[in-house]
Amino acid sequence: MHIDMSYGSGGKQTTSLINEVFVKHFSNPVLQKMEDSAVLTVKEKIAFTTDSFVVTPMFFKGGDIGKVAVCGTVNDLLMMGANPKYLTAGFIIEEGASLTDLEHIAASMAAAAKEAGAQIVAGDTKVIEGKGGIYINTAGIGEIEREGISISACKEGDIILLSGNLGEHHTAIMSHRMEIENDIKSDCAPLKEIVMNLIMAGIDIHCMRDVTRGGLATVLNEVSASSSCKVEIEERALPVSPQVKGFCDILGLDPLYMANEGKLIAVVAQKDAKRALQIMKESRYGENAAVIGTIQAGSKVVMTTAFGGSRVIDVLYGEGLPRIC
Amino acid sequence: MTLEQVKKELKGYKGRTIKIMEVCGTHTASIFKAGIRSILPAEIRLISGPGCPVCVTPSAYIDKLVEYSLKENHQVLTFGDMMKVRGSEYSLTQAKALGGQISYLYSPLQSLALAKQNPQTNYIFAAVGFETTAPLYAILLEEMEKEGIRNLKLLIAVKTIVPALSYLCEKEEIDGFLCPGHVSVIIGSKIYEPLAKKYQKPFVVTGFEGEHILASIYEIMTQLSTEEYRVKNLYTSAVKEEGNEKAFGAIMKYFEPCDAYWRGIGTIPGSGLRLREEFLKYDAGSEEAFAEETLPKGCSCTDVILGRIQPIECPAFGKRCTPMDALGPCMVSSEGACGIWYKNR
Repeated sequence: MHIDMSYGSGGKQTTSLINEVFVKHFSNPVLQKMEDSAVLTVKEKIAFTTDSFVVTPMFFKGGDIGKVAVCGTVNDLLMMGANPKYLTAGFIIEEGASLTDLEHIAASMAAAAKEAGAQIVAGDTKVIEGKGGIYINTAGIGEIEREGISISACKEGDIILLSGNLGEHHTAIMSHRMEIENDIKSDCAPLKEIVMNLIMAGIDIHCMRDVTRGGLATVLNEVSASSSCKVEIEERALPVSPQVKGFCDILGLDPLYMANEGKLIAVVAQKDAKRALQIMKESRYGENAAVIGTIQAGSKVVMTTAFGGSRVIDVLYGEGLPRIC
Repeated sequence: MTLEQVKKELKGYKGRTIKIMEVCGTHTASIFKAGIRSILPAEIRLISGPGCPVCVTPSAYIDKLVEYSLKENHQVLTFGDMMKVRGSEYSLTQAKALGGQISYLYSPLQSLALAKQNPQTNYIFAAVGFETTAPLYAILLEEMEKEGIRNLKLLIAVKTIVPALSYLCEKEEIDGFLCPGHVSVIIGSKIYEPLAKKYQKPFVVTGFEGEHILASIYEIMTQLSTEEYRVKNLYTSAVKEEGNEKAFGAIMKYFEPCDAYWRGIGTIPGSGLRLREEFLKYDAGSEEAFAEETLPKGCSCTDVILGRIQPIECPAFGKRCTPMDALGPCMVSSEGACGIWYKNR
């Protein structure tokens, strides 16, 4: 079955789409009331964010657009020390999209939200002309569990931790697009356990960022600019799987600039670094966590290469495209 | 000798300034990745040569691709690296935004499946590269012949490295060369011997790890101090003296040498490959895709590609020419000297 323009009419088909796909999978008391907006109870201080997802292919090894749409927003909330509570989901569906695909997407959104402990409490669907694409916007509210975490709060002497291997989402997507066979899966995941464990243990977290588009290089440059500091990292310490490294070597890509969907950096006070690393390693999705660098006085992001040289790491310009030879 | 000793020896060099050219763009990228420059003294200058195929692509070639992409029932297929290069008006990225049909592929052979699946679409493959990529085009042509494919053509801008090296030796003052790794896998190491002999310069075939590159620089410095100039292959795990004769044979079955136009340099005799007459039916008008061009005002690509200046010495570097808005392809290619310098400035 494919979705046609009648599903966007607001009439019978729209109602059936909502009930048979979204309400079925997202089921919760707030959504089921089917009011014009969700009425929510929250703690005093909240974090609130939104993100849109347009990834092609919609299905890839390790996830799909639905999982990314939930994880992306949930992780953005977590990075501010907020516990994700409520999400909204807006769908823009091109005519010709498969109903079965949409249902798979809704199911994986529900699963990811459940893992993150969040409920999808409001939604919207539009059908437009096109070629069967599905695009999703999610917004989310999280209750602040720890205040003061900020991109501009890093201090000299702080330690930078990375929660796991770089470049896996990017590699999975690119492999699919370029029809390259390999076993590399997207790392797409909600990072709730890592973050909540760090907060619960009282780790002095100065900054957290999820390492998404633009890669680690771009995030570290944001840290450097916002906290007016120099970021020093060690190439040898960066966790990259041999498969991703091989893929990058062949195509001339750099894991430092590749997108991830289930990785974060945490900048913590030096005294807590060892404990923080241990906590990350013991948390779900954190088994390959590593200390990758430090915050120093100065500016720029500088990496000591595995070879013993040093180089400045700049932000990404344009799209990371494979080279010729 | 240990790596640390090599580093120490090189760091301690105090003589006249030595100019070593890495010809190949992948080496330029590796040198930065490993941070080799931070280990060398100012007296050993590494300069980037013309061995990045994107960087020597003239705008007329991009214009032709743009034109094809906007033509009804046509689709341009390219390696990703070409997407950002500006033609006289648009890059392929910009053409795509205007409705141009453009896809980027990992291997030329992927275009075969596309051509078979969509017989109503005329595919144009942007066949750029050096001897490394040329065997893939040969295999593609072989398959096209076998399967009788008529809706796929190649816009060819394949270049060969030895005539370019010869040109550099004649015209420029360079003390030694890091010979390309991938290209040498195909053409072998022996092919550089006449150059080493004629021009009395070190030619060292080099791999891509930091250690390989440093060892090659050390070899060049040793040859210079002993004044014994020769070809040395330090990438023996991949490069044979004779090269890959089978691949080379495949290239020569379909291609023949021709003069080629290099952006920023001009025409170098015998430095290109074109389809042999019997295979011209697969050519997408490659000859029209080359026209002598004047570089934009303030663009020092010529001096950069020929290693006369470092990218930062170009007055436009980082000012009028940045990866976001580039005057020349060296700034946007992932292996272009200017782009790499910009990102590591």
